[in-house]
Amino acid sequence: MKLECKHVWEYISEYIDNAVDTKLREDIERHLEHCEICSAILDSTRNVLVLTADDRTFELPVGYSERLHARLAKELEAPESPDEKK
Amino acid sequence: MPRTAPVSKMQPKSTKEGDLIARIVAGEKELFHELIRPYERMVYLTVFSILKNETEAEDAAQETVINAYRHLGSFRAEAKFSTWLTTIAINEGRKRLRKAKGAAFESIEEQIEEKGGDYTPAPLTDWREIPLEALERKELREALQKAVAELPDTYRQVFTLRDLEEFNIEETAQALGLNIGVVKVRLHRARIMLQKRLVPFLKTLAPKRRRFFGSAP
Repeated sequence: MKLECKHVWEYISEYIDNAVDTKLREDIERHLEHCEICSAILDSTRNVLVLTADDRTFELPVGYSERLHARLAKELEAPESPDEKK
Repeated sequence: MPRTAPVSKMQPKSTKEGDLIARIVAGEKELFHELIRPYERMVYLTVFSILKNETEAEDAAQETVINAYRHLGSFRAEAKFSTWLTTIAINEGRKRLRKAKGAAFESIEEQIEEKGGDYTPAPLTDWREIPLEALERKELREALQKAVAELPDTYRQVFTLRDLEEFNIEETAQALGLNIGVVKVRLHRARIMLQKRLVPFLKTLAPKRRRFFGSAP
């Protein structure tokens, strides 16, 4: 089946996740071979996802881990075991 | 004689985790530090995706971890620890949000998403990939953070679990109490919205042809 750009856009997310069936995947790939716009949209979406998922994009507050474990240590000092604390 | 494989390296994460949990419940409380360490970031990002405020998110993350410790005895081995922990984080985040927003907060999320709406990506022809090194630039990090923060709340939560914390679709659905179809639609829209929002900005960062500065014609 020949796909239109709009149709390809609907499946970008699932295509990236490798969640489209083989037939649709082939149709999309055939379309991408000759469509610069859809190829660029796909590449840019992937790039945006890679950049957003990088640990540097969302950094934890400075000292977060230390404060978390300090709080936890206090909790662990309590006499009960987690079982009895329900 | 065949050599035996090094057990500690061969052991899948879940088995090691299961052992840790059993030992903690049996009384080796200190091991909880070790159990939680790989998930610190995940817990923070989850509550941050709901609360959008660093201080609130940190408090909520601490509370989540304490709650997880207190209820560890009720964790069932057939569940995945990361999903279980995330569910606690989501509940903590939502509880705080309800408190902050009062009665206006809608606690029941719509399970049906209409197919309509304009979720078309930014069309472009040439695309130069932005290398990861560019993340050293504050303006890029801020643009990415802002774009994610400005997603509709329900889309951002799905996006955070799936794309930042790398849950699969089923785990994302389970943790958020949504059906898989809703998760897919929200994820798709979130990704397209980010593409549309960020691509024009990213294009300005892409390396272009050399220009001369400071030399007036």
